Amino acid sequence: MSGSGQTRETLTESDPALLEVRGLTKKFGGLVAVNDFSMKVVKDELVGLIGPNGAGKTTVFNLITGMYGATSGSILFQGMRISGKKPFQVYQLGIARTFQNIRLFRQLSVLDNVRVAYHHRGEAGVVHSVLRSPKFRREEKRVTDRAMEFLSILGLEQRRDALARNLPYGEQRRLEIARALVAGPKLLLLDEPAAGMNPFEVGRLMELIRSVKEQFKLTVFLIEHQMRVVMGVCERVVVMEFGEIIAKGKPEQVQQDPKVIEAYLGTDEP
Amino acid sequence: MTYFLQQLINGLQLGFVYALIALGYTMVYGIVRLINFAHGDVFMIGAYLGFFAMANWHLPFPVAIVVAMVGCAALGIFIERIAYKPLRNAPRISALITAMGVSLFIENFTNLNFMFGPAPRAYPRPFAIRTFDLGGVSISNIQIIVFTVSILLMVALSLFVSRTKIGRAMRAVSLDKDTARLMGVNVDTMISVTFGIGSALAGAGGVLYGIAYPQIQPLMGIMPGLKAFVAAVLGGIGIIPGAMLGAVIMGVVETFTSAYVSSTLRDAVAFGILILVLLVRPTGLLGKSLSEKV
Repeated sequence: MSGSGQTRETLTESDPALLEVRGLTKKFGGLVAVNDFSMKVVKDELVGLIGPNGAGKTTVFNLITGMYGATSGSILFQGMRISGKKPFQVYQLGIARTFQNIRLFRQLSVLDNVRVAYHHRGEAGVVHSVLRSPKFRREEKRVTDRAMEFLSILGLEQRRDALARNLPYGEQRRLEIARALVAGPKLLLLDEPAAGMNPFEVGRLMELIRSVKEQFKLTVFLIEHQMRVVMGVCERVVVMEFGEIIAKGKPEQVQQDPKVIEAYLGTDEP
Repeated sequence: MTYFLQQLINGLQLGFVYALIALGYTMVYGIVRLINFAHGDVFMIGAYLGFFAMANWHLPFPVAIVVAMVGCAALGIFIERIAYKPLRNAPRISALITAMGVSLFIENFTNLNFMFGPAPRAYPRPFAIRTFDLGGVSISNIQIIVFTVSILLMVALSLFVSRTKIGRAMRAVSLDKDTARLMGVNVDTMISVTFGIGSALAGAGGVLYGIAYPQIQPLMGIMPGLKAFVAAVLGGIGIIPGAMLGAVIMGVVETFTSAYVSSTLRDAVAFGILILVLLVRPTGLLGKSLSEKV
């Protein structure tokens, strides 16, 4: 099975992990949002996290990115423990994300939205900024060029000076992706990237996800609600219900799993 | 007419000093949604630092401004770390009450004899006063310095906030802290930078106030602080150009009230403006309607 180690289909959880989650639990007061959640994301994989509303999918993302502290369990990224690190540190290690409900800096320009996310790469400090030294200007130019590069990849270069809030919905989604990519993350977390899109847009989005993944050698972990997206784009899926993993595997296998069908459609009690 | 122009110049002088204080109020509010009531006292400390720099250490005036700015920046960052940061996730009212506590502490601590002491001190004159006559309207070299320094600082601040990566990160933090954090911005550092810059401007304002109205004492920050706060609300709290506009209006209105009505009424008018703004346009002159703001 692992003989032809080249094709992605053969990647399994036995390969060395880029991201490894071990026994992750998160309680909000008495509510157990995530319970003993363990999984791996292998380098170059495209993994989907699916499950009904309220299953705890976004909570898992918030735990990985350091927004929430875990009640117990640990998260390893490239073998390094990242649970307990602050969100900006996790980001700097190479995990970027987008949001289910778009969270752009609405009053900043499209260009500034992307430049902010490349912020920590700038080397010139406060003194250089105030003096507007040549070093500072070179730095600013580098940041701007890099931001523009990603805006063009996502077809937004014409919109650079528009305020983010004035973009149409689909462009806002793409801007979020540009912003997430600009710092060159190794792992990209997409939280329901197809939410609110029509089938045509969903098709284009899937194409986009595949192409940026190839182009930037990304590993992608995405939350999705729409089965069509998951089946079309994910190589492997993890299914959650009530904070726990109920199934893992290839999309077509998981689709047949009675527990998954039950979670999505409810039990068929007479 | 010349009387009017003369009062306008005097009003602008006061307004520019208010602007330097109001900017700190508005920047801090923009980034942590806190009215930092200790800000007027930071302004007072700035005036004293300038005083010591010139009177005791015999430093030239421009260096005294830098000393006051650096000292106040450090003080502002220190206050944020010990008083406000532990309350970052507490209800906003807790931080507000703490700010009042910090303010009272600074006022009363510096009032002690081993600190500055309650007695007013005469501010040093770094240079002789000269007045220039412009067709009946006189403008002093002190006024010119107040205008020049304030305008330079405000231009520098605007460029800093709009053009630099730190300014960009500050704006991002003020719009959405959580997202900024997830995009690699160190929010704690940005909050420190904001307190530092705001306090440095107040420090410069303190020195300018000292040379323009040459008597200082530990409670001198209360009134200018409150009026700068009104100015920030008038312009739209959290909006940087709003603070400048509001402060200039406040300075001019206050001076005109003294000149044309009665100097005993000027504080009543200043706070009357606050009440009026809150009743008529609570988001301030440059503020958007509330529904658009978050």
